[in-house]
Amino acid sequence: MKKGRVWKYGDDVNTDVIFPGKYTYSVLEPEEMARHALEDLDPNFAQQVKPGDVIVAGRNFGCGSSREQAATCLKYAGVQAVIAKSFARIFFRNAINQGLPVLQSEEAVDNIKNGEEIEIDFASGKIKTEKGVFTFSPFPESVLGILKEGGLIPYTRKKLKGIE
Amino acid sequence: MGKTFSEKILGLKAGREVQAGDVVTVSPDTILSHDNSAAIIKEFEKLGVKNVKAPQKLVIILDHVVPASSEKYAANHKAIREFVAEQRIPNFFDVSEGICHQVFSENGFALPGKLILGADSHTTSYGAFGAFSAGIGRSEVASLWATDEIWLKVPETIRVEINGTLSAGVYAKDVILKIIGDEGSDRANYKAVEFAGEAVRGFSLASRLVLANMAAEMGAKNGYCEPDEKTVQWLENREDDYSGVTSDPDASYEAVLEHDISSLEPQVACPHTVDNVKPISEVEGTGFHQALIGTCTNGRLEDLEVAARILKGKKVHPQVRTLIIPASRQEYVQALKKGVIEIFADAGCIVLNPGCGPCLGAHQGILAPGEVAMSTANRNFRGRMGSRDSEIYLASPATVAASSVEGKIADPRKFL
Repeated sequence: MKKGRVWKYGDDVNTDVIFPGKYTYSVLEPEEMARHALEDLDPNFAQQVKPGDVIVAGRNFGCGSSREQAATCLKYAGVQAVIAKSFARIFFRNAINQGLPVLQSEEAVDNIKNGEEIEIDFASGKIKTEKGVFTFSPFPESVLGILKEGGLIPYTRKKLKGIE
Repeated sequence: MGKTFSEKILGLKAGREVQAGDVVTVSPDTILSHDNSAAIIKEFEKLGVKNVKAPQKLVIILDHVVPASSEKYAANHKAIREFVAEQRIPNFFDVSEGICHQVFSENGFALPGKLILGADSHTTSYGAFGAFSAGIGRSEVASLWATDEIWLKVPETIRVEINGTLSAGVYAKDVILKIIGDEGSDRANYKAVEFAGEAVRGFSLASRLVLANMAAEMGAKNGYCEPDEKTVQWLENREDDYSGVTSDPDASYEAVLEHDISSLEPQVACPHTVDNVKPISEVEGTGFHQALIGTCTNGRLEDLEVAARILKGKKVHPQVRTLIIPASRQEYVQALKKGVIEIFADAGCIVLNPGCGPCLGAHQGILAPGEVAMSTANRNFRGRMGSRDSEIYLASPATVAASSVEGKIADPRKFL
């Protein structure tokens, strides 16, 4: 269990404000992507985010483009997990494929304050906050496998090696 | 209980009966990628395999920043060309051809009953032809190139019944904007959207592409229109190796939404979300600086002709710059032959080469702080076309053309 500071945002945080389209084909290194994370939503984020911090947001987080950098930039910025009321489908897949846990809990989002420190226990599916403990459904086996390997690419690499 | 088209197509691919909620491991018919192929290649190279498993399934189309506007983009394009040659990928379309979704369709890859996956959120477009077609991320595409396999959840389906007849000056774009405005940008998250009803059957394939393209803006995994004689006609001389898949009459839908479009007026999506939709009467008179007529949503001949009818013999307002971007080289040639391009040039429009143009804010007309754009595209998120302090309004080609003439948001029905 790791403590992390909360960065709280609203509904419909889209891929253009998470990682602007103008960088999608010119910024190629993940560390550089991290420096532009959430640039058009919260210019302070990329400068002040610390490893282990958590993004908490409302409905439809990650809507818009299929650009995977939206997940990559958050992961390399040190974000431990994103907790939201709901996620846009492609972002949800991309986040898991980048090894970035995405947790859905309406109750937790409603009760967590911006700036507070929370703890997430991935194994038991619990989020410990100032206002109490909230639960999320633990990941299915297949998703856990990908997260454990750090993303789909290392996961597939391992699987392909097994076949050879 | 009957089955939806999604359950049938994914069931055929999985080789067993499936229903919404099941997770299937499948092998797609076609895999699309564009300029992001450069990044996908890098991921593919980490997988430790030499060869793409099924190179004939890949379709790679360069469209996002074409021709390259900087050394970095040029290097990406070069890396893609080299990979295409090395891996003997037969279906490669270079920077001259146009927007991937249009080029993919024109070349007969978008087919009824097929399973298509693409590294682009608007891969939903091919549902206009009755395909099951969804966007995925680049790690998934890289992994697909190596394994030819992916897991997908069989989505629930929302059926949108569109009935009635459109009045003059109102188009498929207004219909889909109205639906997204009413239903919200996440109404169809993880779900399939089936567009049905007499209005959809009356729509051309170009108009059906507008619906399926923008299903993505309702959060949909895929959009779909039932293939019919119009689909068959469109595909004639393009490809005949397909068989249509349709939902059973007693299929189980998550919801059936009914929309009557008979009294619909032109619609505009206001900054900064696609579901912030208002009728034209509420936004008429709003000033703007740049107009864009084009994109994978509305850059086809049908759209260009509508815009040209309004701009014919008129001039673009001196305080506005109007960009015209045909969706593909083929559409461009047809527009040229019909004199449409000449009308645009005479009116003072800037006609650009087929491609995505400034839609995603990478080149060809970036917005300065404080500037406002009117666009026929599908997305108006903050900062998308340039400065985070710029704004984007989305509308039909007719509304954008009429607004270009007046220099402020205008009702196209005045020009008919």
